[in-house]
Amino acid sequence: MHMIEDGNTAAALGVKLCRATVIAAYPITPQTPLTEKLSEYVESGEMKAEYIPVESEHSALAVCIAASSAGARVFTATSANGLLYMHEQVQWASGARLPIVMCVVNRAVGAPWNVWNDQQDSISQRDTGWIQIYCADHQQIIDTVIKAYWLAEKVNIPIMVCYDGYILSHTTMPFDLPDQEKVDAFLPPFQPEYALNPDEPANLNTVTLPDVRVDVYGELAHGYMEIRYLLQEDLRTTLQVAAEAEKRFAEIFGRGGDPYIEPYRCDDAEHVAVGMGSITYQMRVCVDALRNEGIKVGVMGVRFYRPFPDETIAYALQGKKSVIVFEKALSYGYEGALASDLKSALYEHLAGTGALPSVQNFIAGIGGREIRTEDLTHALRAATRGRVSKEPLWIGIKL
Amino acid sequence: MGTRSYKRKTSHSEPGPGDGGRTGSWRVERPVLDQSLCIPCKRNKEACYICWLFCPEIVISRTIPPTFDLEYCKGCGICAEECPTKAITMVDEAHFAEKEKDKE
Amino acid sequence: MQAKTNILNLPTREFVHPGTRACTGCGLAIAYRIGLKALGKDTMLIVPPSCLTVLQGLFPVASTKLPCLNVTFASTAAAATGILAALKTQGKKHISVAAWAGDGGTSDIGLQALSGAAERGDNFIYFCYDNEGYMNTGAQRSGTTPIGAVTANTPFKGKQQQKKDVPAIMAAHKLSYVAACSAAYPLDLYDKIKGCVNLPGTKYFHIHIPCPPGWGYAPRYGIKIGRLAVETGYYDLYEIVHGEFKLTAASAKLVEKRKLIPVREYFRSQSRFKILTDDQIAAIQTEIDAKWAGYYKKDE
Repeated sequence: MHMIEDGNTAAALGVKLCRATVIAAYPITPQTPLTEKLSEYVESGEMKAEYIPVESEHSALAVCIAASSAGARVFTATSANGLLYMHEQVQWASGARLPIVMCVVNRAVGAPWNVWNDQQDSISQRDTGWIQIYCADHQQIIDTVIKAYWLAEKVNIPIMVCYDGYILSHTTMPFDLPDQEKVDAFLPPFQPEYALNPDEPANLNTVTLPDVRVDVYGELAHGYMEIRYLLQEDLRTTLQVAAEAEKRFAEIFGRGGDPYIEPYRCDDAEHVAVGMGSITYQMRVCVDALRNEGIKVGVMGVRFYRPFPDETIAYALQGKKSVIVFEKALSYGYEGALASDLKSALYEHLAGTGALPSVQNFIAGIGGREIRTEDLTHALRAATRGRVSKEPLWIGIKL
Repeated sequence: MGTRSYKRKTSHSEPGPGDGGRTGSWRVERPVLDQSLCIPCKRNKEACYICWLFCPEIVISRTIPPTFDLEYCKGCGICAEECPTKAITMVDEAHFAEKEKDKE
Repeated sequence: MQAKTNILNLPTREFVHPGTRACTGCGLAIAYRIGLKALGKDTMLIVPPSCLTVLQGLFPVASTKLPCLNVTFASTAAAATGILAALKTQGKKHISVAAWAGDGGTSDIGLQALSGAAERGDNFIYFCYDNEGYMNTGAQRSGTTPIGAVTANTPFKGKQQQKKDVPAIMAAHKLSYVAACSAAYPLDLYDKIKGCVNLPGTKYFHIHIPCPPGWGYAPRYGIKIGRLAVETGYYDLYEIVHGEFKLTAASAKLVEKRKLIPVREYFRSQSRFKILTDDQIAAIQTEIDAKWAGYYKKDE
């Protein structure tokens, strides 16, 4: 069914289609309309779920962790400082191997306060062991929510579905609303291997020791290190499982492609711009303009940020003259997080092959600073002429 | 032999005794019962059981006579202190260590 | 009101294994053991970082025979809400939820989530086991540490502030049930739990827990000291049912007896109160006497 709605509604519809049964949410701009929509679905009876208006984001994820441990399919969403407040729980959820799906409506973090879009909130959580997928439009938002539940429940790792605050959350776009029957075919009911219950009592997530220890059956059980290793191992395996999710989705819904990256005019490009989220679609305009000037440039959206699809990205960029990374966040004290990870992937796979591109990093849109297409084009054009600077350059800065 | 084949990937514990090991080794004194003073023993029926009620370690059996599981008894002495007839006395472990040594 | 339970008709089924890592003579072990007897098999437990985390066992051995979720320090009550929500959507009405948190995890870091759950009316029992300090981490002061107590981080001057009255805070949420209990009176605890299970919304229990290393006494005196707290009129056993306050068990008996043991006996039984001067104890005695004068008056 054809819809024309905003990004938050697209996300809410995705959650409804996935039949989440426990929703906990605390309001924070620009996520609020998403949770309001869900409360409408629950109160009207459209969704058979418990909607918990928690008293903080830390509690929102606490409710989700507990409900998921007891076998419920859960959902929460947040932005910026809400995500930061949840951070302890974010780490907890992945260590507890719970298939929680959370939408992060990307917003700048305080201090100082800023309600507009950048990606510092989710980027600051990249080391937590969650899967992170970035959406570039409303179709991707609703499709990714659906794929995320399937994937999370398959690998038992929580997933952040990230999309730009205001730029996507509050703008209206056409998208296809998947059929409920097709979603039910794609996503079976949640059947965890174990759900907390009195007939099979267990003590979950208690203190582990540095070393391994024998359990009550005399079997040698993991130490903390093994449990964390398995999280990492399963995160890396997720890359293959994600491809499986994409394939299944395409079979049922008739759309999909590469789960990890979204290239545009990259095949014969000499220079490739890279970004995450809505900026990559904006960059297509820049790419078309520069192509008209005879510059062989393309843009590649990165969809999976964690686990980082290093092999896919490195081989997609193999032999290019330069890679220009545009980001809405950075790892303070060094450079853009995506640029760092990308350089590491390129080095890992292409060092010594002679096919290693140079990398230029631009930072844009911090705190919702307007990203003018002509500024992007200008920056991209300059970068194709040669590496502009070793340090990341901030586009649109007014110092 | 590592833990690769272990059935769980999370901190998932199942019930069993002795998480703290053989906590009887913590004791410096152990409870000793004088059945001639113990109320359920004297009446030969279920009675009193204050020692059973207050044992933090659940090592006192609700039987006639009550018995102490020395594998886990930490020797706190609450049973001795609360027994209304002073049927339980806390005796230094050293006394038993000597006796057990004598047996060998 | 149901008949009072005595030792001989207390259920014999145990929900805790022996050989835990709890301290010798741990007061929590007694309260927890009897509390679980009252809660029964179809209960899901939530436990934040605390002495109970350790008592319940380190991975992969669990000393509790009930399902339990360990959660972050501040989120106990929110986790209880989450388990409840899952059970509700699964139609599992026969399973109840009980949170067991320490005084630090309740009166300090956990208060926000507890207040939120209480305000939402989430149907679970919340037990605060109050050993009056962060005992699991070495006896640091908490919101419920009493005034004058020496702790690891109030080492020379003792705590300067009053004990936070958490049951009163919870009563202000207009809960159907708030109770003050003690490990030294386990049958009172048992009856209160059994009596409140069908009441709506969040039920709050505050349990006074004698702690040998934290309070400074030989383990064998734990129950005696717990009793002294009540019989000096310093710590009261009561319940507030739909807003109506009532003293229970030994505290109710004290209203009849009209005779309190001098509170100095309670303070002098524990080394944590060693810096309390006679004047300070006299001042506390005056407060206690005033409080009980009020109870006696209400009784008339």
